[in-house]
Amino acid sequence: MNDTGAKRWILIIGSLSVLLTACALTALRLGSTPLSSAQIFDALFHDQDSITASIILGIRLPRVILAIAVGGALSVAGTLLQGLFRNPLVEPYTLGISGGASLGVCIAILMNLPALLGVTAYPLAGFAGAGIVIVLVYGLGLRTGRLQPNTMLLIGVMISFVSSSLVMLLMAVSEQDDLSNIVFWIMGSLDEPSPVLIRLVLAGSIAGLVIALYHSLALNAMVLGDDEAALLGIHTARTRKILFITASLLTGLSVSAGGIIMFVGLIVPHFMRMVAGSDHRILIISSFLGGACFLTFCDIVARMVIAPLELPVGVITGIIGGVVFIYVLGKKKVAL
Amino acid sequence: MTPPFLDIARLSCGYGSQVVLKEISFSVQKGDIVTIIGPNGCGKTTLLKTLPGLIPALGGRVNMQGQDMKKMPRDLRARTIAMVMQTLESIHMTVEEYVLLGRLPHFSSWQFLENEADRDLARSFMAFTHIDHLRRSPLNCISSGERQLAGIAKALVQEPALLLMDEPTSHLDISHQAQILNRVKTMKDRHGLTVVMVQHDLNLASEYSDQVLLLDKNTHTVFNYGTPETVITRDNIRAVYHTDVVVAPNPHSGRPGIFIKTDSQESISP
Repeated sequence: MNDTGAKRWILIIGSLSVLLTACALTALRLGSTPLSSAQIFDALFHDQDSITASIILGIRLPRVILAIAVGGALSVAGTLLQGLFRNPLVEPYTLGISGGASLGVCIAILMNLPALLGVTAYPLAGFAGAGIVIVLVYGLGLRTGRLQPNTMLLIGVMISFVSSSLVMLLMAVSEQDDLSNIVFWIMGSLDEPSPVLIRLVLAGSIAGLVIALYHSLALNAMVLGDDEAALLGIHTARTRKILFITASLLTGLSVSAGGIIMFVGLIVPHFMRMVAGSDHRILIISSFLGGACFLTFCDIVARMVIAPLELPVGVITGIIGGVVFIYVLGKKKVAL
Repeated sequence: MTPPFLDIARLSCGYGSQVVLKEISFSVQKGDIVTIIGPNGCGKTTLLKTLPGLIPALGGRVNMQGQDMKKMPRDLRARTIAMVMQTLESIHMTVEEYVLLGRLPHFSSWQFLENEADRDLARSFMAFTHIDHLRRSPLNCISSGERQLAGIAKALVQEPALLLMDEPTSHLDISHQAQILNRVKTMKDRHGLTVVMVQHDLNLASEYSDQVLLLDKNTHTVFNYGTPETVITRDNIRAVYHTDVVVAPNPHSGRPGIFIKTDSQESISP
């Protein structure tokens, strides 16, 4: 990175931060009671007891924070996995983590766990499901030697198939109420009632970002292949394990809080690679910011289109992300 | 006599139960260019990759400056040995970003960005290998010859004491072949760089090497090791490659030159 390179990095981080602030402010303003920026500022920093403040602090702000945390986490996880597997089609859900989480939540709904555990039942069950899949993919991958990328991908895809078949089986035998619960959760929503969980996801995604950045230079080298990376002094096996587990936990955490939000982890890293280049130092930071922007924006759309009803945000990310991506790909002939 | 820079003793190379080279021994003096030659599949690349431990040795040892390579810390090894691979991944990364990765082993443990000195060094070696005009081009948008030059620039930026090269000139035209090997020779003459490379082109091997290591596919061992004049002879080539050639001295350098005889293959092969 030379002098112009440094300026470019600052420009990229700066513009994404401005964009994120704008998205977050818009998300705070829009809703059944439209608010002005002044009112929001007032509620955040001065009068924290008013009704406006309770709308902002109790309802809208947690949602924005969750969108930032989940969007950032999924995008960082996608960037890490695409770099590790050296395959542009890998995304956090390819490894079957979402399938495991859905199955966990399905079982929780059918066993009526919320009655037992309250609002934390779904995320707990989702995280447990995701965790089991991570252990399975990782364990089976290790058995075949040193985490062979293709083997792990195949294992992940197969686990995805098995768990989505099991989810469909459970859906087929479940009651109407349970069914709509399951469907709504699977399609993804940022309506998360537990403030503890929101804080946990935010802390987790920031921790994941820091770990990813710490290993970004090693990841740059590993893109060249294991031999070249090893000769540059990179502990390839250890780095692969750390980053795989980091990406898995980021995904598990996001899925358990927000359900299955499609496409963010696939499209944002690609988009950012076009904007910021393939150096993981800048790519990881811009993926986090870009993913946060994207999901915050999609959540505004999900809330506003048929207000006061709400669309599942996972559907919106799929539609907007997919269409925009195909458009950009068609205009700009870039190699992935 | 000074102890050898690189000392290979009873080294066996291969993959699991498949032994490619059996208990070979040779040594390399500091500042020498050693070229490994031999027919396809005789284990040239395997040997080259076993030297720094990329492929674990099946037996024997490799000592570098008196230190066992196996016990050499990973980061020290990265600061001492650089390698140019036979093929470079065609990836979306600019030439400059790629060459700068060669500075990675010299980063301090919490260093996140390259400093001015790193960039200057990268620039000078990109100029040295004539790829400075490509510095913003992605690796997957340049020719394989240019990629090879970038690989050499990256290896030199690593400032190694030992440079390993796997067929560094295979994708290059004759002008670049001469240029690259002349540059490597300059690095050897000026900085005492030690080079071990794999080469299919026997004439290039003969011209540029101080020592030539001829491997034999049938016995899985070294057939001959010594100066080009002693190793590259008609009898040796016939025995290892099963091909009859004419060997005549290069009028310019006096080193052995190889000329192919048409139909020679049929007259010898069983």
